[in-house]
Amino acid sequence: MNTGVLILEICAVLLGLIILILEVSAPSYLKGGLGIITLVGLALILLFSYTFTPGFIQFAFGGAYVMDGLALFSKKFFIATAILVVLLLIHTERQNGFIPGEYYALIVFALTGMMFAASANHLVMLFVSIELVTVSFYILTGFRKQNRESLEAAIKYLIFGAVSSAFLIFGIALVYGTSGTMAFNGIAKSLGGSTLHSAIFHTGLGMILVGLGFKIAMFPFQLWVPDVYQGAPSPTTAFLATGSKAAGFVLIIRLFLNTAEPAIALWREQLIVIAILTILYGNLCAIPQRNIKRLIGYSSIAHAGYLLMGIATIATDGIASILYYLVVYMLAVVAMFGVIAVLFKGEDYDIGKFSGLHQRSPFLAMIMTCALASLAGIPPLAGFFGKFLLIKSAALQVDLTSSYYYLVAIAIVGVAISIYYYFKIIKLIYWGEPTDQTKLSISYPLVVLLVLCMAGMLCYGIIPSELVDAAKLAAKSIAM
Amino acid sequence: MVNWIFLIPIIVAVALLFLPRRWGTVAWFATFIAMFVSMVLAISVFFKFDPSVTGIQFEHKSIWVQALGINFHTGVDGINVGLLLMGAIVAFTASCLSWDIKTREKEFSILLLLMSGGILGAFASFDMFFFYFFHELALIPTFIMIGVWGQGENKNYATFQITIYLTIGALITLFGLILLYVKSNANTFDIVDLSNTLAKRQIESQGQSLIFPILMVGFGTLVSLFPFYSWAPPGYAAAPAPAAMMHAGVIKKFGLLGFLRICVPLLPQGAIEWSHILAVLCVGNMLYCGWVAMQQKNLNLLFGFSSVAHMGFAFLGIASLTVIGVTGAVVIMIAHGLLAALSFGLSGWYQKQTGTLEFDKMGGFLKRLPFMGTALLIAMFAGCGLPGFANFVGELLVFFGAWKDFSFYVVLGAWGALVIGAIYMLSAARKILHGELKPEFSRIRDAQTFWRKIPYSILIATLLFFGIFPVILTKRIEPSVKIILKAVEKPENQAQMKPLAPTKIKKTK
Repeated sequence: MNTGVLILEICAVLLGLIILILEVSAPSYLKGGLGIITLVGLALILLFSYTFTPGFIQFAFGGAYVMDGLALFSKKFFIATAILVVLLLIHTERQNGFIPGEYYALIVFALTGMMFAASANHLVMLFVSIELVTVSFYILTGFRKQNRESLEAAIKYLIFGAVSSAFLIFGIALVYGTSGTMAFNGIAKSLGGSTLHSAIFHTGLGMILVGLGFKIAMFPFQLWVPDVYQGAPSPTTAFLATGSKAAGFVLIIRLFLNTAEPAIALWREQLIVIAILTILYGNLCAIPQRNIKRLIGYSSIAHAGYLLMGIATIATDGIASILYYLVVYMLAVVAMFGVIAVLFKGEDYDIGKFSGLHQRSPFLAMIMTCALASLAGIPPLAGFFGKFLLIKSAALQVDLTSSYYYLVAIAIVGVAISIYYYFKIIKLIYWGEPTDQTKLSISYPLVVLLVLCMAGMLCYGIIPSELVDAAKLAAKSIAM
Repeated sequence: MVNWIFLIPIIVAVALLFLPRRWGTVAWFATFIAMFVSMVLAISVFFKFDPSVTGIQFEHKSIWVQALGINFHTGVDGINVGLLLMGAIVAFTASCLSWDIKTREKEFSILLLLMSGGILGAFASFDMFFFYFFHELALIPTFIMIGVWGQGENKNYATFQITIYLTIGALITLFGLILLYVKSNANTFDIVDLSNTLAKRQIESQGQSLIFPILMVGFGTLVSLFPFYSWAPPGYAAAPAPAAMMHAGVIKKFGLLGFLRICVPLLPQGAIEWSHILAVLCVGNMLYCGWVAMQQKNLNLLFGFSSVAHMGFAFLGIASLTVIGVTGAVVIMIAHGLLAALSFGLSGWYQKQTGTLEFDKMGGFLKRLPFMGTALLIAMFAGCGLPGFANFVGELLVFFGAWKDFSFYVVLGAWGALVIGAIYMLSAARKILHGELKPEFSRIRDAQTFWRKIPYSILIATLLFFGIFPVILTKRIEPSVKIILKAVEKPENQAQMKPLAPTKIKKTK
């Protein structure tokens, strides 16, 4: 078997195991450095990923695992996200005290799951990888064992996750029953025949979409998002909002837009409706929120809606836009959690705390403002270009059905609504009076994190061509 | 060379980020120098511009995102060469007046530089993406400046209103631009390439009559077209003087330039179809907002409403779709930019000296303030369209151009300009400058030094210069206007060419 292809995943698993072993056996002075070890390990894996060339397609496990442009792009993205999250964790450790090594190990295991998901080319691989991600997150969500909210979030996530897995399995069974195979290539081949119009096959696909819809917070399977985001520890929420969501999208792209593309093309209108509802639900519910983590939760539903817009295009252009948007969304969300980690120390996450942040720390105020503006889609920040690409890719399809007009119009309305609630926070930052004057301490790892995010948001906004080309290349690698 | 006009402010703004905060004076001085250099460049570009050559001069083009057909394409033609000059002059005077900002000077300087660099970049761009991008870059600092350095009890509300209105306007514009890109099927955002493609094969008429109103509402909101104007007067009243000068004078003209660069040449059928609606709406600007201006008791609000009213003339010129009318609209854009900057610069000075802009509390200032009083009087005369100022030339050209199709609206517009404008401007002049001097103002002092007088003098001198020698502007504008109106096939465009000859203009004065 071609083990060389799996080298990134193998390294990640080894890294996770090494952390676990060090956790129990290492001398105590090393335990404080587990974060740094994880960080170095992940950075090495990221460097290693550059030895692959995006144009070259390789298989493993008898075709169940594929390494193509899309997989490579997504893997780099997941590793980079994990690195940023680990930076955030190291800061939290320095600020709030010791974090057990399992936390780092679980992050790495969740990352492994995401990396396998990026390469999944078989329904079993899809299920196993998404379960690896989800099970890691059950524990990560409930990690603050003494905290009632954290446990509540973990229970909710567990129940919803289990239900979504059930949907996923049922859907897989139905698809297998009608097409006779679980390999994506086989499914694609069977769609040439009578399977394309089989109601059972479509039911199966729909159930898989429901299962993955839970992961990406698609309407109407988004109910868990605000509660879980609120209760989970901040680094977990950051990883959940970016990595887990992205893994869901990569799977949807590969299974629905590549493998089952002829069948999904019949669902155009339905996908548009789902995207519209997700955008509206997320944005409208975010308006009255006072809790910053809930607000991010609802806004992440809205962003899932924008990303679904790219899915609803059912075109290579849409895929490239999704990949671009995932990167810029991740940068903004992680930067926001970086600021939140400094500002809120375990107490309630009321947005009143942002009041007068500008007077307490102009640096944090600037980062938070840029992150919010990027999420709202204001140039020259990267979020603007991301929305621009998504809206453009949807507008390119208007000749197929005029519903795309509504989709684009709703997306614009959604952006306008989001400006309202994002600017509410910016207003507090600059024009509010500070409620307490305690000094904000920012550790070096966090400075690195924030500067990286900021640089990314600015560079990809002002010089987007490189990332756009990379995303296009990744999107092209799956034939449509 | 054109690139440096807007790149210098942006580069200096980035450099200032690294300046220690307490060096506020240094930041101001750097801003002053940057704006001065940018103004000198703009003046030299204006005079080096060769009106006899058609097409873009000082052109620069480099590929930015190949996959999407986005180019960094800048240059000047007859339409934006005057706007760039006006924008750079206003930016320079605004930087002079920002000396009065004494809190967080560094941040103010950075925002002012970004604002100026952004909008001048938008004026110079020949690519839809950068056109929009640079405008947004200029717009965001406006909101921050009003919110942080603004004045009045209404400040927060005004900031919020202007932010929401203009952001939504910009988003609608973006929507329209993307639709235009998609429908044109040319896979390019470059305006020159787009117009070349569309000259051969237009967008089907259904698409045109859909995209034009979207862009009309989008750009219209940004220019305070009736009925999307309600953000403007309170916003300007709350803004610090340099921000109000830049926004009312320069940034607002972006929407009008959008009509001339994108809507009319690329969507000719939509333009013909919707020009009647546009003409009706601009009567709302000219008459209704003028009428509201008459009721104002505050100098800043008066200037705000009058600036909204003036936009009506520019819209009428564009709606006429004739060479004279559109040329007039461009002249108005330039003249009004200078005038709005002068007005808000003056009201900022009065606010600082007297602590109020309410008419009830002011009066008799002309006796104590020979220079500033006269400057205010000049601004008011220019505002009611007195011959000798550039505004008069523009309004006259618009009326000539629009007479054929919209003679009824022209009558209304002339009424709005001459009668209503005269009423509110002159009654304000009477209340502020004449009458009894209130005892609390007995110690008020005129602008003392040469440096204090410079910004106002530059603006007045430019207004008068273009009022007396309008041909310098019109001979540059007219050839470019002919090109953009080529697609709008109106037979009378050819016939109406004659009155534009320089001799005729002088006669009408």
